[in-house]
Amino acid sequence: MTELIERPVAAGDGGMHIDHFDDDHGGHDHGGPTGILKWLTTTDHKIIGLSYTVTSVIMLVIGGFLAELIRIQLASPNGTYVSLSEYNQLFTMHGSVMIYLFAGPFAFGGLANIIVPLQIGAPDMAFPRLNALSYWLYLSGSITMLLGFAVAGGAADFGWVGYAPLSNAIYSPGYGADLWIAALLLTGFSAIFTGVNLCATVFYLRAPGMTMFRMPIFTWNMLVVGILILLAFPVLTAGLIMLYCDRHFGTHIFTVQGGGVPVLWQNIFWFWGHPEVYILALPFFGMVTEIIACFSKKPVFGYKGMVFATITIAALSLGVWAHHMFTTGVVLLPFFSIMSLLIAVPTGIKIFNWIGTMWGGKVHLTTAMLFAVGFVITFLIGGITGIYLASPPLDFFTHDTYFVVAHFHSVVTALVMAGVGGLYYWGPKITGYLLNEKIGKWQFWTFFIGAQLMTFPMYQLGLEGMPRRMAIYPNDPQWANLNRIATAGALLMGISTLLLVVNIAYSWKRYPAGDNPWDAQTLEWFTTSPPPHHNYYSLPPIRSERPTWDYNHPDARSLAHGHQVPDHAPAAVTP
Amino acid sequence: MHSPSDTPSGVGMTSGNRRRRLLGLIALVAAPILLSGCDASNFGAFKSVTSQGRSSFHLWQGFSIVALIIGIPTLALIIWAALRYRARKGDTEVPRQTQYHLPLEITYTIIPILIVIGLFAATVVVEDKVTANPTPSAVVDVNAFQWGWRFTYPGHHFSIVGQTTQSPEMVIPENENVRIWLTSSDVVHGFYVRQFNFSRYALPGVINEFTLSPQKTGTFFGQCTQLCGLYHSLMFFRVKVVTPASYQVWLSQEQAAATKATGSAAKLQTGKQTGAGIPIKPAIGGGNN
Repeated sequence: MTELIERPVAAGDGGMHIDHFDDDHGGHDHGGPTGILKWLTTTDHKIIGLSYTVTSVIMLVIGGFLAELIRIQLASPNGTYVSLSEYNQLFTMHGSVMIYLFAGPFAFGGLANIIVPLQIGAPDMAFPRLNALSYWLYLSGSITMLLGFAVAGGAADFGWVGYAPLSNAIYSPGYGADLWIAALLLTGFSAIFTGVNLCATVFYLRAPGMTMFRMPIFTWNMLVVGILILLAFPVLTAGLIMLYCDRHFGTHIFTVQGGGVPVLWQNIFWFWGHPEVYILALPFFGMVTEIIACFSKKPVFGYKGMVFATITIAALSLGVWAHHMFTTGVVLLPFFSIMSLLIAVPTGIKIFNWIGTMWGGKVHLTTAMLFAVGFVITFLIGGITGIYLASPPLDFFTHDTYFVVAHFHSVVTALVMAGVGGLYYWGPKITGYLLNEKIGKWQFWTFFIGAQLMTFPMYQLGLEGMPRRMAIYPNDPQWANLNRIATAGALLMGISTLLLVVNIAYSWKRYPAGDNPWDAQTLEWFTTSPPPHHNYYSLPPIRSERPTWDYNHPDARSLAHGHQVPDHAPAAVTP
Repeated sequence: MHSPSDTPSGVGMTSGNRRRRLLGLIALVAAPILLSGCDASNFGAFKSVTSQGRSSFHLWQGFSIVALIIGIPTLALIIWAALRYRARKGDTEVPRQTQYHLPLEITYTIIPILIVIGLFAATVVVEDKVTANPTPSAVVDVNAFQWGWRFTYPGHHFSIVGQTTQSPEMVIPENENVRIWLTSSDVVHGFYVRQFNFSRYALPGVINEFTLSPQKTGTFFGQCTQLCGLYHSLMFFRVKVVTPASYQVWLSQEQAAATKATGSAAKLQTGKQTGAGIPIKPAIGGGNN
């Protein structure tokens, strides 16, 4: 797409040369173990990040497969494809796998792990061994959760939110529930350690010149995510321990008998659960910001506004948890309503900034960019329907119906689009090879159309009064038709996911990427693809939030930092 | 849409093609909306048969109008920006590197804040109507359990119970304020009647109070919306709204039948129920507001 620009080593240009103890240091190992032993013992953030990415994409495929089974069951009113009990396990595990094992770990364990140190010029994460521990906890947690399908009584079947008292030992006596709790404890600690690592890395390991306001938006978002993880995940972990004690040690924290309060679980869960929504979303916002700026050939529009919007979203997200509980009748409605409505403001700023970044640019609609634009459109739909849900009277009749299911599936399918865009965008940096663009575009259109085809009928189903989590539903022809369309959409998304697998297999070592295939802007594109063991042989001068662009476009450099060019001045041209 | 002045030379050639693509994209996004068969003026929702539900419905209409006024132009801007500024093949020119436009940024911060304040004000007004509990002329004690409902009429010594395959029917009078006391005997359930535009959790250990003021007679379909275990999908009930006169007749008939059948206490103990006999605490701190 763009030709690579010849670049000399940056030393003497205000840049920084990194001294190595020996010339062989850039090799892929230190003469240490190779093969599987290397994978098992590594503390390199890139290898750990890649393990995270691969594991979480496998979880996406598993979660998607469970979703297809759910949709097949719902394609007809009195579906007999699975039993009532199996259905409850299916949607519980679909939600749990997607939320706990895919979306978060993919973002903050996978891409962030690889990209954040590269974007700030760090040699690794701040605590490499802790990073490795995070991954192994995550992998064991994932296996633990999936093992639920193998035990007597089946997997957990009380929904991914595990509302007490349904999740206690009387109403859910199976081992699947215990495995679910154990899995969340393991992955929860994994997330907490990753949060510690992200914060420490961003605060302490930035390269000289990389001030806070020169960090790329993705890194900014990951810092905020790290802080949110530290605030939210310990609460979930504590809640899960209480739930486990209720189940096995005779405590009555969430049961009425003995003086407990069932709704306390909902407060604890959503005190984690709503920040979690943004822990999931902010990394993907960051990915999209980077992709849109890169493929519009412009800096991020309203960079500082973007940073403050991220921080505002994070701050507000800690005070909105009870909008999941409007219909409990035991929360202060106006407070949680206004807090939830206000989140629309910074989120809206982001959407306008994404439009502003494309505006007047040179938009290259590569697969990554298509996915990013698809994200913005789908997220807009999910965001607007979210505003309805922030209003208690409207929530009263949409809560626990398919309207809510459609709302958050608009949001999460948007996040998946952003994530896949991230894979197409950063994949070449991580592996050194590009993915096939033609298959990529097919993958985009099948996913984008599939996502809308699935969610729009669901919105209508919710308004028609179909509650969520129903294994069978009354034989209403309109419900049946809408469900059939939704199933078709889900199948289309399944095909799209297969196309990703096909593309990876087809493009395997086929299209060498070079260091900077997209003429991108941020620091990570300055190093080789894949980067050497400690990431950089040399660094360019870091004088803005896009050092690689400044280096490659010296004439355009002065146009950054918000300086307006007079209208009559010609646009700068690359040498 | 395409004035010659904002079309740089060389782009005009492909603008028809672009416009077709743009229309195609719009059709693509609009198709599912049309397929899902929304009723335009209702924005897909029910008008509702209770006065509370009608207030919510009007709020729904208001929100929908605002959503469309904001959503459609924003959607158009996204698609427009992505297609209008597409790079041509071989174009290596660097576009203007605009990074900030403070007046614009402040505008799209302030306007959403004002809209949010407006939406919140409308929300509070409707919420106060929907959650108000005026003096009732009828009271029904609704108890949810795995997997059925028990409707008790306090002071009238009978209750109606039904589970899974036999869904029970609650009878309430038209044009009057009917107070519901909602409780659960075991896990969390959801009391939801779609024609009322309303739902409320049945929580163990809490009495949830709310008022329904039906404006229309008829039988309406209700069901549990909160996952409550194996037979959650089958936890149905019906609400029959009758004229106040018929309600009084029905009440005395049911009471007489119950007295006849058992001599004193409650009619029906057909279904087994789990967790019966849990002491019920009153809700703390007037949380129903």
